[in-house]
Amino acid sequence: MSMASATDATLVHPGGSPETEEKAFGFWIYLMSDAIIFALLFMTYLVMFGNTAGGPEAKDVFSLERAAAETFLLLMSSTTFGMASIAAARADRERVVMWLVVTVALGLGFIFLEFSEFRGMIAEGAGPSRSGFLSAFFTLVGTHGLHVSIGLIWIVTMLAQIGMKGLSVPVLSRLYRLGLFWHFLDIIWVAIFSIVYLPGLL
Amino acid sequence: MDFFGRLTLDSLPFYSAIAASGAGVTVLGGLSVVALITYLGAWKALFGEWLSSLDHKKIGIMYVVVALVMLMRGFIDAAMMRSQQAVAFNSDGYLPPGHFDQIFSSHGTIMIFFMAMPFLSGIINFVMPQQIGSRDVAFPFMNAVSLWLTAAGAGLVLISLVIGKFSTAGWTGYPPYSGPEFTPGVGVDYWLWAVLISGIGSTMSGINFLVTILKRRAPGMTMFRLPLFTWTVFVAAILMIFAFPALTVACVMLALDRTLDFHFFTNAGGGNMMNYINLFWLWGHPEVYILILPAFGVFSEVVAVFSQKRLFGYISLVLATMAIGILSFTVWLHHFFTMGSSETVNSFFGIMTTIIAVPTGVKVFDWLLTMFRGRLIFKPPMLFTIGFLVTFVIGGLSGVLLAMPPVDYLMHNTTFLIAHFHNMIIPGVLFGYLAGYMFWFPKAFGFKLNEWWGTASFWCWIIGFYLAFMPLYVLGLMGMPRRMEHYDIAAWQPHLIVAAIGAFIIFLGIVCLGVQLWVSVRDRRSALDVSGDPWNGRSLEWLTASPPAPYNFAVLPKVEAIDAFWDMKARGVAYVQPKEYEPITMPKNTLIPLLVGGTAFVFGFAMVWWIWWLAVATLAFIGGLVIFRSFDDDPDFTMPASTVQAIEDRRYEQLAKHPANEMADEPGYAGDPSPDPLPEGAR
Ligand code: HEM
Ligand SMILES: [Cu+2]
Repeated sequence: MSMASATDATLVHPGGSPETEEKAFGFWIYLMSDAIIFALLFMTYLVMFGNTAGGPEAKDVFSLERAAAETFLLLMSSTTFGMASIAAARADRERVVMWLVVTVALGLGFIFLEFSEFRGMIAEGAGPSRSGFLSAFFTLVGTHGLHVSIGLIWIVTMLAQIGMKGLSVPVLSRLYRLGLFWHFLDIIWVAIFSIVYLPGLL
Repeated sequence: MDFFGRLTLDSLPFYSAIAASGAGVTVLGGLSVVALITYLGAWKALFGEWLSSLDHKKIGIMYVVVALVMLMRGFIDAAMMRSQQAVAFNSDGYLPPGHFDQIFSSHGTIMIFFMAMPFLSGIINFVMPQQIGSRDVAFPFMNAVSLWLTAAGAGLVLISLVIGKFSTAGWTGYPPYSGPEFTPGVGVDYWLWAVLISGIGSTMSGINFLVTILKRRAPGMTMFRLPLFTWTVFVAAILMIFAFPALTVACVMLALDRTLDFHFFTNAGGGNMMNYINLFWLWGHPEVYILILPAFGVFSEVVAVFSQKRLFGYISLVLATMAIGILSFTVWLHHFFTMGSSETVNSFFGIMTTIIAVPTGVKVFDWLLTMFRGRLIFKPPMLFTIGFLVTFVIGGLSGVLLAMPPVDYLMHNTTFLIAHFHNMIIPGVLFGYLAGYMFWFPKAFGFKLNEWWGTASFWCWIIGFYLAFMPLYVLGLMGMPRRMEHYDIAAWQPHLIVAAIGAFIIFLGIVCLGVQLWVSVRDRRSALDVSGDPWNGRSLEWLTASPPAPYNFAVLPKVEAIDAFWDMKARGVAYVQPKEYEPITMPKNTLIPLLVGGTAFVFGFAMVWWIWWLAVATLAFIGGLVIFRSFDDDPDFTMPASTVQAIEDRRYEQLAKHPANEMADEPGYAGDPSPDPLPEGAR
């Protein structure tokens, strides 16, 4: 119990200096702005849901197994990132690296699944230019995928920094913001799963 | 796929004399700037001290330079439209329709995105950190990136004059007209990428300003001691953060429609063009308040200083600002009452729109009551403020008229609307920024602007404004649609001629601004601002030297009241030199933000012309720059205490030589700051 709270404190105040706190705060605000982007993309998706223009509908193109697998990978990656954060709070460099590598692997798996889903859909004639509905779908899910890809590049960058600099204060501060980003993407994905895939299939 | 995408030699503007001369002027203008810098041997200083600077003051000044240049360009567009319409009765005038359409599109786009926005960011950057007693914004590096992204967008609009054409779809770019089906060329893409790239810069600025205000205030500077300008920036920053995503989303979707054949807003294929219009105005209306709230802030500062009284109704002004901020998200549909919403929906938005007039009215009364029984000093910033008050009320009234859907059904898309929004945006926004420019210029450069030319400029602007825009109200009532290239109704022409004369007088106002700058630089030694407090100011930015030391405040001020600096002067603690100084940490200069902006410009160009390899390469390069920067754990340098001491010693020496209060000789001077802040309404 006492250990957990010590960990929390370190996680909330990475490095604890006013400057890193400011950065974390600014990053939160960026995430809110980004959340608005996703909210508008969700809204557009809902508005366009019926605009299939005689083309495929949601139930024709989504696969619950794949969406479930994607969800599993991404949620797991969030967990492993959490493990990396805990390791970072304990200054356990090797474990941080290990968990981050696992996170990258899971993230890559997610991207791979999404990519093959998109490719399959386009091959079947259900690409984004087929209908307004599909445009909205590809843009919403694709924007999330783009974020995940950027997150992966960021994690790799952080692995390099940890390798070069160790768990220094600036590195920890960046890792903290990366964590915010990664968990944020998880939340967005949960919304995608429950607003796009589940209703589309049920 | 061609190596240069769809870019060919035919894109050069040799197809029309007017287009070619526009391009010529742009290219020559650019070349002469280059020549001038070379002649002055200023390249090194330019890059070393300005373009690479992360200092919020220099960034602010560079923003304003961009804004003033773009004001010229935007005004040339306006003058071309005004002269075309003055002569185009039963004739084609001198501008063919396609060209006229480009001109109103670029005028609107430039004035909003590349004149008003940079002017706003510039003044905020320069003033706000000083007002809250801070040494810089929270994220200086990101601040510079914002600047250069804005400049990249402005550059795209400028280059569209030389290579290819600009959009003909108006500053709003409504589909389906702006879609690939009806407007296939590069024009709309120029508009899109200019707006997108600068919009990302604006979002980042919003984040920066908000975090700065929340985290960087000097000790004792509680939220309810913030100067009103900073309060308006606070609300405008929140609007930037939450409204700009809507613009980004709308523009990205339109870009996808245009480049990758998506169907967001197309006629066929399940598109929904109303979605664009909703998204655009979901940003567009708050944007109006992003522009005007900080101008209100400027007026609030100016009116208090030149009435020599405390601002009347501080709390009510703050609350009104917040109320406007919230309400601004609930009115966007008034931009398209006529596009098929039910009467219930229209009534709701009509009512919300009228309600916004209430907090705005509160503000107007507060400013009036600040002047009431004050001792007014009519310096140019104060003239712009009074001109604003009188004129803005007229614009507000026509706005309330348009807020009624049945009236709007008659007036929408006429020049009545053009008159209305220019009536808000020229006195409300532009006069505010011009007042701010003249008010804070001595702070930035250490000498005052010439008052005679400032006053002349004011009178030209205001008389020109009335002549140029009042006839448009009448024309609107006579049924003249906006965006008309030529017409065959004789009764319109006299009004349009008057409007053209008005535009010419505005032109004189701009000339006066230029002369004022030139004369003031020439005679600067006779108008030096030695004390740093040229107007007997009230807020903390007047505590610093003019121009301020790089760190603004050698020691962070301790704030004990609203009007912090006035209070310090009254208590006699404003100019007490501390015994010793501490070293101060500041960000090092770096060229990376400029590189990011330059590369973003090339990226935008590549996206416009479908040069895909270049787009990928530039994007990767920007990513590389960001990653490279993230490895830098030592972006700051520390100025040793001895240097601070030397700078400050020099300042105190100067202060000792000159009386601190430069306003004391002014007729109507109401006396030195006294310990008791003047009670409201007292003489
Ligand atoms: C300096 C004096 C100005 C003059 C003489 C002027 C004149 C004009 C004219 C003639 C039009 C076209 C009206 C029509 O469609 O029939 C116009 C449109 C417009 N102006 Fe101005 N303007 C001025 C300043 C400004 C400023 C300061 C702003 C904004 C900050 C601005 C924003 C706009 C916008 C957004 C449009 C609409 C463009 C469109 O139709 O897409 N103008 N202006
Ligand atoms: Cu509006």
